[in-house]
Amino acid sequence: MSSSDGPSTREIRTDYLARVEGEGGMYVRVRDGEVDEVQFKIFEPPRFFEALLRGRQFTEAPDITARICGICPIAYIASSCNAMEAVCGIELPEQVRLLRRLVYCGEWIESHVLHAAMLHAPDFLGYAGAVELARDNKPLVETALRLKKAGNTVMDVVGGRAVHPVNLRVGGSYRAPSRADLQALVPELEWARDAAVEFTRLVATFEFPDYEQDYAFVALRHPGEYAIERGRIVSSAGLDIDVSEYEQHFTESHVERSNALHSTLAGVGNYLVGPLARYALNSAELSPLARDVAAEVGLGDVVRNPFRSIVVRAVETVYAADEALRIIAQYEPPEPSFVPAVPRAGTGHGCTEAPRGICWHRYQIDGEGVILDAKIVPPTSQNQKTIEEDLVGVVRQSLDLTDDELAHRCELTIRNYDPCISCATHFLRLEVDRA
Amino acid sequence: MSARPTVAVWKFSSCDGCQLTLLDCEDELLAIADAIEIAYFPEATSAELEGPYDISLVEGSVTTEHDVVRIREIREQSGLLVTIGACATSGGIQALRNFADVKDWIPIVYASPEFISTLDTSTPIADHVKVDLELRGCPISKEQLVETVLALLSGRRPRLPSTSVCFECKARGTPCVMVAHGTPCLGPVTQAGCGAICPAYHRGCYGCFGPMESPNVGALAEQWRALGMKEDGIVRALRTFNANAPAFREASSELV
Repeated sequence: MSSSDGPSTREIRTDYLARVEGEGGMYVRVRDGEVDEVQFKIFEPPRFFEALLRGRQFTEAPDITARICGICPIAYIASSCNAMEAVCGIELPEQVRLLRRLVYCGEWIESHVLHAAMLHAPDFLGYAGAVELARDNKPLVETALRLKKAGNTVMDVVGGRAVHPVNLRVGGSYRAPSRADLQALVPELEWARDAAVEFTRLVATFEFPDYEQDYAFVALRHPGEYAIERGRIVSSAGLDIDVSEYEQHFTESHVERSNALHSTLAGVGNYLVGPLARYALNSAELSPLARDVAAEVGLGDVVRNPFRSIVVRAVETVYAADEALRIIAQYEPPEPSFVPAVPRAGTGHGCTEAPRGICWHRYQIDGEGVILDAKIVPPTSQNQKTIEEDLVGVVRQSLDLTDDELAHRCELTIRNYDPCISCATHFLRLEVDRA
Repeated sequence: MSARPTVAVWKFSSCDGCQLTLLDCEDELLAIADAIEIAYFPEATSAELEGPYDISLVEGSVTTEHDVVRIREIREQSGLLVTIGACATSGGIQALRNFADVKDWIPIVYASPEFISTLDTSTPIADHVKVDLELRGCPISKEQLVETVLALLSGRRPRLPSTSVCFECKARGTPCVMVAHGTPCLGPVTQAGCGAICPAYHRGCYGCFGPMESPNVGALAEQWRALGMKEDGIVRALRTFNANAPAFREASSELV
């Protein structure tokens, strides 16, 4: 969907982006061979989570914020649990924490495979979607579906169900699965780990546009593990802060030429969260198998080509399966399965690595556990400015493409980020004009 | 209906989890895709066919003026219109605005409220157009979704339960969490369909499938009081993912 309105001006427009989670569009204008305006637009209607949380009990935040996103509910559940546990002074016992990490591994597998194999790979292979791809390459899509199911099964067993799991609570889990429950997952996770290795090798052969940007990467880091459900916030520019210090370094500002609020990091500007950032900052903490696969397909220490994010997602899928197996192998059901949470007046912060990048929460509660104030910063809203910068860079070096080809290249550029617009909308300004 | 009915999937205000449930039918998805023509499903494919459509699956609630117009256009193009999930069938969690003044809420989230265009309410699809069938749940059940697709393909009504979650607890042999542990549970007034997951994980049902037909919420509230629950706790339990469903809305409003 694109049009030209004169020899000196080109407008590339996609009114409704396909294969992203939520409702968004994009608009690019080129004047006299220069990129004049770029917008990654959000018209998903707001749902006011930060407002509707006020007056709810602190124990309700995990179930309620899960509904921000059906694709990554664990990210919201875990970040809100972390924040409430910080207020209540709860330290999770090791096995309780590992159960949260295990269910998060399930979400990484489910979300990464959904995006990489079913939404993103069709771009590189020249198909409209996974169903169309299946007509020519059924084994590939069947493998992807089985891989995704392996992730969903972890969420089912540990969390109770795949979408909006019910078994997580402030302080731990309602019920700890038995050793046998988790052992039953092992054969399929072993298959998934091997299938993810093969999938990584496959996506690494895709043809990637030649484009790099010198990103400022931001991710969680925790010593001795590839950070998922805990850690400090670090950046490639040397930032290293507790999650409670986030607002002293990151600000959301209104950029006039765009209808969205953008996150910026003090002294740096726009930044990037998600697989490329995690890989650049923490790849030394990947499991030996995941590291070996990354080296084999030539990822190096840092990936600056956003189109290759699909390869990093595949490597992280290998890691998530490997890590799930490691957790299961040493699992002892915690008794009790949670630490009772007694509210006290205060403010708590939580941050975890959603599949798309850090998902940051802050809550203020009173002595009765009533939520007085809530703030949630999802990953896609943090990436929005960087997505637009990528669009500028990609269009600038792709002006020889036809309008249709350029529109497709721009859509692919946006899909590199696996943007979750449903999430971002709690924070992004509504695009009123649907063009 | 032709041999391969055309199916469109539409999104209104929602988290995308119910559409995702369709993609989560990993064992059935390719067979379903062979039996139907996926005509419009932007979350999964950039291919797009013109309407009319034999079946429309609608996720999400109506929260903008534009939604009001769009759902009428979708209804006109659709043979059967099936709503999927708590947002579409009751207004969802975002219907909590129906009990507040949304004008007070906008500045809590957005720095420049004048740019936000939203209705004062979040309402179910059936408040705006005729709905042929509804699938409850936050999220919907994969099994109910597959059963519904199979039923529609063979021209029969899908088999969907109208009993309470209690029946599903009994069927899977889960001891009653209210009787055995004194845990408040919405199961006795909530429509079955989830498989009674929460009690199996030692917690009370939180009503994500919405009220069953003719629920006795007053009697349940009495039981909760006996377990030590205060009125505001009962109100909040009723006002969560199906707050705007008439039976829960009326019962909670009587308690405020």
